[in-house]
Amino acid sequence: MANDIFVILEHTNGQLRKVSLELLSEGRRLADRTGEVVSAVLLGTGVGELIPVVAAYGADQVILAEAPALENYSTGAYTSVLNKVIREHQPKLVLLGHTVLGKDLAPRLAQRLGVGLVSDCVGMEQDDNYFVKFTRPIYAGKAFSHIHTEVTPIITTIRPNTFTLADPAQDRSAKVIETAVNIDPADLRAIIREVVRAASSRPELTDANIIVSAGRGIKSAENFRVVDELADVLGAAVGASRAAVDSGYREYKYQVGQTGKTVSPTLYIACGISGAIQHLAGMGSSKVIVAINKDPEANIFAVADYGIVGDLFEIVPLLTHEFKQRLA
Amino acid sequence: MNIVVWLRQTFDTEAKIVLDSEGKIDPSGVSLIINPYDEFAIEEGIKLKEQFGGEVTVVALGGSHVSEALRCALAMGADKAVALQESALEGSDEFVTANVLAEVIKTLPYDIILTGRVAIDEQSSQVAIRLAEILGVDSVSSVLSLEINENVAIVTHDIDGGYEVIEVTLPAVLTAQKGLNEPRYPSVAGIMKAKKKELKILSLADLGISPAAIGQTGAKMKLASFSLPPQRQAGRRIFGEPEQTAAELVQVLLAEAKVI
Ligand SMILES: Cc1cc2nc3c(=O)[nH]c(=O)nc-3n(C[C@H](O)[C@H](O)[C@H](O)COP(=O)(O)OP(=O)(O)OC[C@H]3O[C@@H](n4cnc5c(N)ncnc54)[C@H](O)[C@@H]3O)c2cc1C
Ligand SMILES: Nc1ncnc2c1ncn2[C@@H]1O[C@H](COP(=O)(O)O)[C@@H](O)[C@H]1O
Repeated sequence: MANDIFVILEHTNGQLRKVSLELLSEGRRLADRTGEVVSAVLLGTGVGELIPVVAAYGADQVILAEAPALENYSTGAYTSVLNKVIREHQPKLVLLGHTVLGKDLAPRLAQRLGVGLVSDCVGMEQDDNYFVKFTRPIYAGKAFSHIHTEVTPIITTIRPNTFTLADPAQDRSAKVIETAVNIDPADLRAIIREVVRAASSRPELTDANIIVSAGRGIKSAENFRVVDELADVLGAAVGASRAAVDSGYREYKYQVGQTGKTVSPTLYIACGISGAIQHLAGMGSSKVIVAINKDPEANIFAVADYGIVGDLFEIVPLLTHEFKQRLA
Repeated sequence: MNIVVWLRQTFDTEAKIVLDSEGKIDPSGVSLIINPYDEFAIEEGIKLKEQFGGEVTVVALGGSHVSEALRCALAMGADKAVALQESALEGSDEFVTANVLAEVIKTLPYDIILTGRVAIDEQSSQVAIRLAEILGVDSVSSVLSLEINENVAIVTHDIDGGYEVIEVTLPAVLTAQKGLNEPRYPSVAGIMKAKKKELKILSLADLGISPAAIGQTGAKMKLASFSLPPQRQAGRRIFGEPEQTAAELVQVLLAEAKVI
């Protein structure tokens, strides 16, 4: 059967989200083992120029839906188009990123299709017949549940940084299937009045390979500058503990933890963070954890791969200086 | 205005998770709280009532303890509570939970339905949006602020990398994000009053739901097992003068851990 794996792509400002590229990479790996077809689904306006990138990361074909109503994401229009495309092509597996958009779109779509949804998946294992076993963290990563389903299509939102990026193969090309867009007017009731995206040169917290985070130990919003400077040298995102957020040092969108963002970067540098269970829940799956804390008994050291007992205001600027020289 | 708020009871965030002899999540000894994001939903519901009049009804599905969480919401200022306490609901997936909650909602008048953005135990962030789809109404996820004008809600909510202002017609389902408001604590007078407020306990039979439609038999997703993450080990301490430790850390990250 063709069209076995669907990857629903996300893009902003003419660029594909990193998680979309991760999903294409994994889709390709699965398809190479099973001989299935990887279809990327691309919605928007004037998005044709993304097709070579989508092909390079592994799509065999691109299902393209272009219409003015699709320029900005809206739950109604996107669900309507994807519902139609999925019913038409009958994929077995539909992959989305577990992003703000994915969290909004996937449940609508799953309910409209009358199927289950594995959300926030961090692992997918294939058995002899099909990849049916999914792993998802629960209780903010304090446990995992393993689930499977036989009902297709299987829809899943995958946490960013779960799958490694493939090397893009520039010589690959993909067949383009243009889809006529007919959206039910009932799906266009909601009116988008304003879309504001903060201009940031930094990666999204949940996408980032490296995160530099600070806690109450940073003591003020201005002091966050030392953390920002280290993040800039490393091309990292900045995070914060709840204590730092509640003290007004940083906005809530930077909060990492059980009631903030769950992240799994390659490197997490915790500065002046004690390592409360709710904070560890949000970053405990990071590959390498570095802790800088002046209290040798701080709980964060129990999970850190590398620890420095010291004053963050001394250590962090030294790190910035050292990295600047070494990475120059 | 008829305001319905959903409330889920979750483990305290301090809870350590252990598995019982059957390999399931062991709830013994764990204290239960209202899902933190649902507190924002309750608070917003009460504020809407204060502004426009009407009634706030809180709804919960779950085991025998959910009435405690509902009493707490009543003490904060909600007017009525509805609980569906059925142990047979255990093992339900989001498809089942949304369908059951929809049946409860259909017995209530509603102009606006408020929920949390995500339940911090199973972290699925699906149920509220599925409900909106079943009811055929709009939903807005991760709401940061809300203004109501006649039958239109003007809602500011999270999008990736920023925020969006969107206008939806009521009835609608909105999921609350931190920042929406500061939840109030129940006052002593509120706690006293709550004892006299209506807390209706429904059964599956009241809703005409067959036991086969719920739990694992009704679910699309089959739960295979649970596991615990590998324990992280404390790694290496780097000692010395600040300059030395910083240089050594940079060196190991570049050369040994190779993460940059
Ligand atoms: C329902 C609930 C949900 C929660 N959700 C979250 C969540 O999502 N995320 C989260 O982070 N927390 C969460 N918490 C809070 C959590 O329990 C802790 O209170 C919080 O993580 C502590 O933050 P902290 O480590 O920055 O502050 P503290 O615990 O106060 O630690 C500050 C640390 O900084 C060190 N320090 C101070 N000065 C310096 C210096 N100059 N140099 C080096 N080190 C220094 C100190 O030694 C100390 O270890 C939640 C709590 C509850 C009840
Ligand atoms: N069993 C339940 N009873 C009542 N409300 C629930 C239940 N499960 C989920 N909800 C609501 O749906 C929101 C999102 O939950 P979830 O989709 O499970 O992450 C929660 O914050 C609650 O408001």
